[in-house]
Amino acid sequence: MTVLELDRVSYRYPRATGPALDDVTLDVGAGELVVLAGASGSGKSTLLRVASGLVPHFHGGEFTGRAAVAGLDTREHGPGELAHAVGTLFQDPESQVVMGTVRAELAFPLENRGESPGTVARGVEEAALSLGIAHLLDRPTESLSGGELQRAALGAALAGRPALIVLDEPTSQLDPVAGDELIGSLRRLNEDHDAAIVIAEHRLERCLGLADRVIALDRGRIAFDGAPGEFLEWAVARAPALATPGARLLDGVGLKPAPGVKAARSALRAAGRLPDVDEHQSHPRRPEADAALRFDRVWHELRDGPVILRSVSLKITPGERVAVMGRNGAGKSTLLRHAAGLMDPTRGRVIRAGRIALLLQNPNDYLIHERVADEAPAAALHAVGLDALGDRHPRDLSGGERQRLALAVVLGDPAEERPAAICLDEPTRGMDRERKRELAELLRSLPAAVVVATHDPEFAAAFADRAVLLADGAPIADAPVGEVLATGTYFATETARILGGAGRALTPEQGVAVLTRTEVLA
Amino acid sequence: MSYQRRASPLHAARAAAGMAYCVSLGIAALVLSAPLMLGAVVVAIVVAGVAAGVGRAIRRAAVLGLVLGLLVMVINALVTRDGLTVIWRFGQLPVLGQVDVTLEATVYGAVLGLRALALILCGALYTAAVDPDQVLRLFRRVSFHSALTATLATRMVPILIRDSRRLADAQRCRPGPPATRAALMRATTAGVFDRALDVAAALEVRGYGAARRPPKTRAAWSRHDLAFLGAAVAVLGLAIAARVAGLAPFAAYPALHAPIPAGETLSACAIVLVALLPFADRRGIER
Repeated sequence: MTVLELDRVSYRYPRATGPALDDVTLDVGAGELVVLAGASGSGKSTLLRVASGLVPHFHGGEFTGRAAVAGLDTREHGPGELAHAVGTLFQDPESQVVMGTVRAELAFPLENRGESPGTVARGVEEAALSLGIAHLLDRPTESLSGGELQRAALGAALAGRPALIVLDEPTSQLDPVAGDELIGSLRRLNEDHDAAIVIAEHRLERCLGLADRVIALDRGRIAFDGAPGEFLEWAVARAPALATPGARLLDGVGLKPAPGVKAARSALRAAGRLPDVDEHQSHPRRPEADAALRFDRVWHELRDGPVILRSVSLKITPGERVAVMGRNGAGKSTLLRHAAGLMDPTRGRVIRAGRIALLLQNPNDYLIHERVADEAPAAALHAVGLDALGDRHPRDLSGGERQRLALAVVLGDPAEERPAAICLDEPTRGMDRERKRELAELLRSLPAAVVVATHDPEFAAAFADRAVLLADGAPIADAPVGEVLATGTYFATETARILGGAGRALTPEQGVAVLTRTEVLA
Repeated sequence: MSYQRRASPLHAARAAAGMAYCVSLGIAALVLSAPLMLGAVVVAIVVAGVAAGVGRAIRRAAVLGLVLGLLVMVINALVTRDGLTVIWRFGQLPVLGQVDVTLEATVYGAVLGLRALALILCGALYTAAVDPDQVLRLFRRVSFHSALTATLATRMVPILIRDSRRLADAQRCRPGPPATRAALMRATTAGVFDRALDVAAALEVRGYGAARRPPKTRAAWSRHDLAFLGAAVAVLGLAIAARVAGLAPFAAYPALHAPIPAGETLSACAIVLVALLPFADRRGIER
């Protein structure tokens, strides 16, 4: 049975110059778990919005072709009517939770359908139990963490057991643990309830191992449609920016890419290429230098609330690249806010060698002018590679460009006062792999210490020399990035997980080097 | 906006009962004018708030209410010409003219302030202890789309507060001179529209656009529902009876007349007792 059917669908947003979807034809069958891959702006979100009926009913624009969800033509049935058949989850959990408590949130779609109180109560219980959020039912939604909010929103999307669930980068704001839990929940729902799932995701390594099928979009057209293994082969050959680190690692040693850590490791083992884990851990001494930024036994204790930072002592030297990692709520953002002086420690002190530039999570908050050139000095725009876009409106820039513009804003005029350290809070949310690579290169080129709070081990491996892992407000690991990210489970790159930490390899290129060296030695 | 489910009899009662309880205390504050009776209503609300575990919200509201009450008292004392007992002569003041502060105007202002305090505390108790989602569900049967619009508006408030804090933090991170107010206003407005669009899209995909009138709910009445409804009726009855029977006589002008007969003292004690009685039963309060 087909739950989603698109027949030659093309769509152009109002006032857009080009189509967001261009002649797309596809079917999704009941019980299928489909991953949508593609760079930013390739049409993934638009395709999901076609499935939920928001395109064209909510957004307007020009729509041609035919789309049907569970047999309902989306041109004749709006998102309200389609909500019976399709559950939708967007990227930002904060603006899609509309009620005051989790229970009310889960009940909301069922009540809108005019269901009886008994049916609503049962639907709420089942959705909560299937996602493991029964303990949150009576919590106010404004007290939930990002991961909990996202689960509550997913629960609302699931309540009433829709035949199709569409998710737009649901893990982009979650830490690796919460992200894996969410993906696991989706797989369970898919298996237990036969719900078809279409998920758009940039971090493909997170969900390819569970997918039945991958559809890759490129400039609004379907570029690939097939099984995950075939997709990886295609991506390595035709669209390297979409290839997972594991696929690039296997391809680098001449093996066929396989989706998921387990399959990749099996492929290496079968080929006799899986290296022994080197247990030796080196702790190179950090060069003695004056600190660009120093935390000296910093505590942050909330009045009538929990301790957010517990005696944090860190020294960041000029030019150092540091990734601060940890679960949602571990204290990463609070640490950066202390660095920039937005918050004061309740005990201890923060010593700064100069101005600290801080880029918070939402770059849009920094952009207040009508022209890019008015936002930041020319030298700062040049440093982030935006000097050619001075006459554009900041809101017309892509997500990655806005991120760089906001970075230019906080960098300020280097002629006046160069920052001693630059701190960024989760700068890669919603970025595709290519944009992340560009940002990592940019951060490595900045003439100051750089501290980035991130959930993304691949990004941390690409830009950082050192990683600090926070848990419950205190550093539990502080070492070269290779040591921290090669030996973990959740906070580890895919390459490190495949190789079991051998050679402290974090990136596919490092992995290939380790495997090649091992082969030569053997 | 500060509602959080707590283990208390008031939180365990259905929204209709909790709302009736808070409204009855508010009406009592409006009906009664004797300082002792108003004081009893204030005491009842404060103790109820503490017993419901929302003492902090009540304390915050009390600070605001006391400031407002004091302001009301001072303004009334300065602008009212009634009363025979002059306690302070300011003489000729610009705008206000000849100002003589009388004891009667000051006391009447204090009573008005006390009433304002009681009403503010009532509002705080309601906000902190009555589930807004349940209240909206009650009104959905009466006016479905208005209730949902209210849902959206109440949901947008904390989101926009958080957004404005974020924006303020981001502006503090900008080096150089601060941005102009016009630029900030433009950015804030654009942000609000973006947020509103996101929330509207979320409402659409949850079926708001095709929503139907919800069927009538028939939930069994719990002991707490009955206790708080009973207390609401009793508080209202006592307040109206005291007013109609003249048990709490109070007149500020021309000369202060505020005797405290035994009937008033008894009524005041009865209001406090009846209002707090439902909190004695703590069975089945945790969900």
